[in-house]
Amino acid sequence: MIVPVSYYLVLSAILFGLGVVAFVFKRNVITIFMSIELMLNAVNLAFVAFARAHNQLDGLVFVFFVIVVAAAEAAVGLAIVITLVRNRESLNVERVNLLKF
Amino acid sequence: MNIPFILFFVCALLAVAGAVMLILAREPIHSALALVLVMMSLAVLYLLLGAEFIAAVQIIVYAGAIMVLFVFVIMLLNAGVEERTDFSKIAKYAGLPLAFFLLLWIGHWLAHAPAGAVIANGGSAPTVAFSTVELSKQLFRPYLFPFEATSILILIAILGAWVLARKEE
Repeated sequence: MIVPVSYYLVLSAILFGLGVVAFVFKRNVITIFMSIELMLNAVNLAFVAFARAHNQLDGLVFVFFVIVVAAAEAAVGLAIVITLVRNRESLNVERVNLLKF
Repeated sequence: MNIPFILFFVCALLAVAGAVMLILAREPIHSALALVLVMMSLAVLYLLLGAEFIAAVQIIVYAGAIMVLFVFVIMLLNAGVEERTDFSKIAKYAGLPLAFFLLLWIGHWLAHAPAGAVIANGGSAPTVAFSTVELSKQLFRPYLFPFEATSILILIAILGAWVLARKEE
């Protein structure tokens, strides 16, 4: 007996929802980046589950590309965070309000 | 109950607990460790789905490289306890009911959608693993151009990170 694909999809949806909640509620810019990574992970799980459901490898190739883009995004994003902290001396996103209406 | 189900529920619980810990932790380093927990349990789930190569990449790249980068930046910036600030009044009074109705609507849609029903019933997954050999054949034949394009993307990301993070003269 094997675990149905729908179980993985429900878990993926829950993780993505928790990632959105973390993205909205957290105030620390590094933690907000981590919640983006959590959402990407949830999407990866859905990709692998669908690849299994259709028994095709293309989903896994896409997971590979998502991981590559996530690595690039983390490198550039954390560089931006370092620049931000150097200029604002705070990790709180509420302090980054130069363009805020 | 048999072993795949038990393994799935243990890993799913660990992943959800890690995500909740990420939200509740006030120190960024605790959030990072919670995210490592999520990634490790997802790697076990990938193994359960038969995607061995993705499970290995998940641990090496995500839990290894990316999270080390995060922890390194947290240490570098000496990130302490997160400040709590108030939300705007619109978010407090309109946002929560709207989020509740959105969840209700998605649940209603999932319960009645034909695609959802097909997915819920379809579980005819064979137990064979996706072999790394087949995956590499896909990666180096039909997906060769995107694969090479990612190397340029990585190069640009390295240069961008260097340009952004260096000290101004």
